[in-house]
Amino acid sequence: MSAPIEIRSAPHVQSAKTVETIMRHVVYSLLPICAFYVFQYGVSALASIVVVTGACLLTERFFVGTGTQAGRLPDYSAVITGLLLALTLPPGFPLWMGAVAGIVAIALGKALFGGIGFNVFNPALVGRAFVQAAFPTAIATYTPSFLPGRFAEFIPSTHAVPLMIPADAALWLKAKSLDALAGATPLAKWKFDGVLANADELLTSLSGHMAVGPSPLLILLCGAYLASRRFMDWRIPLAVLGSAALTAWLLYAFDATRYPNPFFMLFSGGLILGAVYMATDMATSPVTPKGMWVYGALIGLLTVVIRYYSGLPEGVMYAILIANAASPLIEKITQPVPFGRGVLDRVKKRATYPLNPGYISREEANAVTPKKRFLPNKPKK
Amino acid sequence: MSTADTPQTWDEFMEGVWRQNPVFVMVLGMCPTLAVTVSAINAISMGLATLFVLVCSCGLVSLMRRFTPKEVRIAVYIVIIATFVTAVDYAIQAISLALYEALGAFIQLIVVNCIILGRAEAHAAKNAPMPAMINAAGMGVGFTIGLLALGVVREILGAGTLFGVALFGAGFQPWVIMVLPPGGFFVLGAWLLLFSWWARRRPLKEAAQNV
Repeated sequence: MSAPIEIRSAPHVQSAKTVETIMRHVVYSLLPICAFYVFQYGVSALASIVVVTGACLLTERFFVGTGTQAGRLPDYSAVITGLLLALTLPPGFPLWMGAVAGIVAIALGKALFGGIGFNVFNPALVGRAFVQAAFPTAIATYTPSFLPGRFAEFIPSTHAVPLMIPADAALWLKAKSLDALAGATPLAKWKFDGVLANADELLTSLSGHMAVGPSPLLILLCGAYLASRRFMDWRIPLAVLGSAALTAWLLYAFDATRYPNPFFMLFSGGLILGAVYMATDMATSPVTPKGMWVYGALIGLLTVVIRYYSGLPEGVMYAILIANAASPLIEKITQPVPFGRGVLDRVKKRATYPLNPGYISREEANAVTPKKRFLPNKPKK
Repeated sequence: MSTADTPQTWDEFMEGVWRQNPVFVMVLGMCPTLAVTVSAINAISMGLATLFVLVCSCGLVSLMRRFTPKEVRIAVYIVIIATFVTAVDYAIQAISLALYEALGAFIQLIVVNCIILGRAEAHAAKNAPMPAMINAAGMGVGFTIGLLALGVVREILGAGTLFGVALFGAGFQPWVIMVLPPGGFFVLGAWLLLFSWWARRRPLKEAAQNV
């Protein structure tokens, strides 16, 4: 039996690091985060993760089956999209809406562009942006973590009948004699009520009755694993967090009564998750090291600006989507200068390259291959 | 007016409905297509208003084609179209004020609808009144079908109703995005995808049968 012929996208480099390997390790690194999330929110979170990931996989299966796009199912990329999407949604998000988000994420965010490696925007965030616009109430309904009995009982909004309005989680909380304010995220509390959560509480996510995502500390650890194995570029998260911290700190130094401290900005909401897992999506971020810094800095700046000056409490999603759209441009203007070229060439090239895509190929056509020289095995003393 | 007395006339009519559908194939008149298709009733009224203006103005343009000076023909077309648009504008205002307010400026904007001007210039100005009106009627019906296709999907998902009749009962969760502009783009994109898939499938099937 002959081996199946696979058609893949460039680069066709012989390396132990294939797309599958990288994606598999990203999934591994996401598993502890998902486990922590389930520990925080119980069966509802588990059901949400399973349904959203399942919807992503089935949609991917359908589009790969039509043969119109690159990629195969076992490359795990749809699993990553599903897991990340589930982590960004509220734990009590109705399952049918989660499935819609998953289908939109893969179909609109990825398959229409031609599959893995061709998408312009992060698929998980496309799915989330869609449900954010379609179901604004449901996506803003959070419940506090570490509720008693969370492993025995679903949050009532989870099992809403498809196409129907989910049950009111605030009433359910009241029945459990919990303050309705407990169901707001720390960012929403700060934005609408002026209540500031402590940075150390946010960092571990372990103190009870806070409507927060998985612990930022855990996400950073998992990210550090990925970066140490070179499955992810460390520059992007560092640039995102650095620029967000710098912007927040400047504003805090300017007026400490009006703006919260930079630690609150860093550890609240989805900034850490976004910086480590979503901004670093290889297909949608620049490949040049300089470009990565610019891209990350843009995300951090936009996040803080949206959080402070817009009607929304959280801005990571839109910041990353905007930066994704800007990333081809960032890539073009940060092209490294080939060795041996002067400053003048650099200026000329910068001016012409975006207008003339044939630039590189003509260079390559005229390139002279250097003659092979045989070096002696040992340098003579 | 009988449309089906000869196959050629029927072909002329179906040209606009199917092969040259203004929404799905030519992608013309996108302004009203995206803006007023929030509900099926809006979509069908807009489509019928355009159909009326299209048929009447193409008929008149065709009647006047022999003595319209070439240099000012566009101005003549615009005056003719504007006359019928004014009539439709007042008619809709008289029939239903709610509908008039829902459609807004898009009724008056039928004047600059490129489907109508395109038909007048490309077909009515070169043909006798009867074929011109049949062709225009086909285009108008095609436009109405296109608008209705968008309006039905957007109303069902965005409000849970169809022509104002609730489909899912009281507890329906509306998809807010479907009544917003992005919803219009998504639904239009999905229909274009589906339509081009259909259009591409037929020649492939015929080719497979011939081989």
